Amino acid sequence: MIDLQGRGDSRIDGGVKHREYARKLHLDWPLVAGLLVLSAVGLLILYSASGQNEALMQRQLIRIGLAFAVMVVVAQISPYFLERWTPWLFCIGLLLLLTVLVAGDVGKGAQRWLDLGLFRFQPSELMKIAVPMMVAWYLADTPLPPSLKRLFVAMVIVVVPVVLIATQPDLGTSLLIAASGLFVLFLAGVRWRLIIGTTVTLAASAPALWAVMHDYQRARVRTFLDPERDPLGAGYHIIQSKIAIGSGGVYGKGWLNGTQSHLDFLPERSTDFIFAVFSEEFGLIGVCLLLLLYLFILIRGLYIATQAQGAFGRLLAGSLILTFFVYVFVNIGMVSGLLPVVGLPLPLISYGGTSIVTLMASFGILMSIHTHRKLMSQ
Amino acid sequence: MVRRVTIRDHILESRLFSQRSVVALILMVLLALILIARMTYLQVFSHDHFTTLSHNNRVNIVPIPPTRGLIFDRNGVLLAQNTPSFTLEITPERVADIDATVAALSKLIEISERDISRFRKFLQQKRRFESVPLRFQLNEEEAARFSVNRHRFPGVDIKARLSRYYPMGDLVAHSVGYVARINVKELQQLTDPSNYSGTTHYGKTGVERYYEKLLHGRVGYEKIETNAQGRVLRTLERIPPVPGSDLYLTIDINLQAIAKDALDGHRGAIVALEPGSGEVLALISTPTFDPNLFVNGIDQESYDALQFSRDQPLFNRAMRGQYPPGSTVKPFLGLAALEQNIIEASTQIFCPGWFKLESDERRYRDWKRRGHGHTSLLKAIRESCDVYFYNLALRLGIDRMHDFMSLIGFGHVTGIDISGELAGLMPSRQWKRKTHRQPWYIGESLITAIGQGFTLATPLQLAAASAVLANRGMRMQVHMLRATQSQHDARKVMREPVVVGQVPVQEPANWDFIVEAMRSVVHSPRGSAFRIGRDAPYQIAGKTGTAQVFGMKADEKYVSADIAERLRDHALFIAFAPVDEPRIAVAVVVENGGGGGSVAAPIARKVLDAYLLSSPAGFTP
Repeated sequence: MIDLQGRGDSRIDGGVKHREYARKLHLDWPLVAGLLVLSAVGLLILYSASGQNEALMQRQLIRIGLAFAVMVVVAQISPYFLERWTPWLFCIGLLLLLTVLVAGDVGKGAQRWLDLGLFRFQPSELMKIAVPMMVAWYLADTPLPPSLKRLFVAMVIVVVPVVLIATQPDLGTSLLIAASGLFVLFLAGVRWRLIIGTTVTLAASAPALWAVMHDYQRARVRTFLDPERDPLGAGYHIIQSKIAIGSGGVYGKGWLNGTQSHLDFLPERSTDFIFAVFSEEFGLIGVCLLLLLYLFILIRGLYIATQAQGAFGRLLAGSLILTFFVYVFVNIGMVSGLLPVVGLPLPLISYGGTSIVTLMASFGILMSIHTHRKLMSQ
Repeated sequence: MVRRVTIRDHILESRLFSQRSVVALILMVLLALILIARMTYLQVFSHDHFTTLSHNNRVNIVPIPPTRGLIFDRNGVLLAQNTPSFTLEITPERVADIDATVAALSKLIEISERDISRFRKFLQQKRRFESVPLRFQLNEEEAARFSVNRHRFPGVDIKARLSRYYPMGDLVAHSVGYVARINVKELQQLTDPSNYSGTTHYGKTGVERYYEKLLHGRVGYEKIETNAQGRVLRTLERIPPVPGSDLYLTIDINLQAIAKDALDGHRGAIVALEPGSGEVLALISTPTFDPNLFVNGIDQESYDALQFSRDQPLFNRAMRGQYPPGSTVKPFLGLAALEQNIIEASTQIFCPGWFKLESDERRYRDWKRRGHGHTSLLKAIRESCDVYFYNLALRLGIDRMHDFMSLIGFGHVTGIDISGELAGLMPSRQWKRKTHRQPWYIGESLITAIGQGFTLATPLQLAAASAVLANRGMRMQVHMLRATQSQHDARKVMREPVVVGQVPVQEPANWDFIVEAMRSVVHSPRGSAFRIGRDAPYQIAGKTGTAQVFGMKADEKYVSADIAERLRDHALFIAFAPVDEPRIAVAVVVENGGGGGSVAAPIARKVLDAYLLSSPAGFTP
């Protein structure tokens, strides 16, 4: 196991030269390395999945470059500054969400976008960071673990934006944001009794909810939970993606050799279902290596969180990294038929999505928290 | 452990956080292991299974469209059925160059520009493995020609699909309606698009549209394994479709045919109901059209001929034609006046042949120039005296007229189970203020009382209103569906008649009085429809109506021969029979037919005879 405690101070007198540069740039090199390797793997598999589409590769390269740039910029902002501006950021986010509900553009049947003239902006992306920030800011104000009253207020902070986003309707993002808020509560030390009690209550109330639902609602939930019931609709993705994954075997069919994906069988193969292409071409070994790479980033992120000074930084960093894990787990679980189909991309591998910028911004925050430590303690 | 509340214990907090982080890490590793286990299951243990599916074979999911429910009349005569027809279909995934294939096919089989553009439209909506129809209705020769050359066209197939056919042709076009190819807009509006994945047709009008959900059924599918050439190797799984329900309509096709013959040569509509149940026995609008033309796409020429015809055969006059009801409203207004105690049955009003309001100079004419003389309500209905009703209108006022007529059903849709019904119009003060931004004038009340002016009613509404009289105020839900029969359990489920409401009256004897007045319309020698009552073997209660199409100045004389055919009066007649035990209520509207008593009543008599005098069951074409 990694020693997560008591190693933080040993760094103060580590005077290696590249660490000096790192400190000036406010970047965490292990994390940067992990993210770069991941992006490279992503581009590699996208090249195959897109059918060697170079225009698409170019767009993705630009997008990744932009995302890394955002990460570097965000890393320069000190956590102290972030903490101070958190309530404002949250309020602006809420206002934008309300604006979207009233005056937003409808894209793909949901109202998510705000047209700012030059570009379109999705306020729910902002909330992915603003919600955990706000909860962390609020809880960090008093000693932890939080009192019941504080817990209640924190729940309200989470629930309001989540409901607003769910009505857009964007269930995937709203669940993700709910998770990021709840992670802060978990990391803040909410009693186990409370966590288990709530989980049990929710699980127990599910049958009751089921009983009062209409038949068509039940049918919808059933298809959601078991997409293969509807093989002409949602189930088609899953059937095809399982064939792609399964036929990949231990060693895979080799890069650019995936038959399933190249014969147009697999829908959305460069976006949400890109993991199926990856598994078909690189096999179980590739999958394990990819998961190890993700795990490396996760552990590094979690380590940064434990080393953070001050409750705000600690809670925020922890929540952001756990949310990153949710992305990975839900996407792979969905593509392999373990979880219902919700439209979440595989971070840094899937093509497109504004979410990649948000994701890298949160890594920027993580690095900022880590590299500004000394400054704060002085 | 001592908990300090005010002073922060940083070490404690940090330790707490670290503990939670460790828990989170353990959970993440566990979940990652679950993912790896899942991947191992898929990629190691099920590897062979999926390799077979992927490498040599492909799994196709083919939707199997359900068979559309049949439609019968009340005696089980088939009104809509499914007959096999050949369709040329292309599965895009199996064809390398679709354009070249289509070009090659067109050398073999005639394929029009329209076929191609429609095919392109379908192509965008379907998945690559779903077959897309290119040509419908191949004849035997074309099918044979393709079969011989089939080896040249992998991915192209002939499918025997079921096509809708209406054996009764134009007889039920306006009630049963028709299906035609489903269009993009309809596809987008479906709540459950995957249920229509194999379906090409959709109910467009009439019962076919209204009961689309019942008739359509539930799609089934086949998971089939095919080799690289697309040959089907085996069926992995088959979920059979659930066929749509068969519908038994209330229509009596025999009566329908007679009604159509009776209207032959006229533009008009007949609606016949069974008063006790609200069942529609016949609903005809003439001229009519052959619905079979629409099923597989009507050609432009035929469509233009129908669409731009002066007689508008596509127009459903029975429930979308809104006509001034003319004197057919008189029995209802007479009842309203009795109920409001404005007059008594014996009240006499003198009719000099015209009526004048104190406030203006205009003379409101009676149809009878010399006047009816001293007139009671009975006589006023029997001979359709206008002046009597001008007087009633003055005393009732538009508000009470509107309220009572609304209770009967005027100005509201009947709610019949055919799509597209219009509501007619029963004017009121409020309505006029809203739509015309004008106050109500008393003169308008007068012409409303003889069913002119703003008032509009559909033949269906008039039939329903006449059924209300037959039922002494009980309003039954007018409907077309008598029973449904799902094809898997073959049990006929009858639809129970639904009571909509009861027109409230203070004095039930008033109904009898009005009915008696209507009986005398037909059976009294002075009655306006005596010509059909003279030799009737049963008792009929009726009311004639003659609705002006053409406005006339106060002192002009109406000479029908002078007026162009299209400006002639509409002829109307409502009736029910037998008077004592009503079994049928009917409304007849003949556009520009002339007089209600001379034209519409004899047509109604034919329908009544057919229903009341013939043996009940059996269709004799």
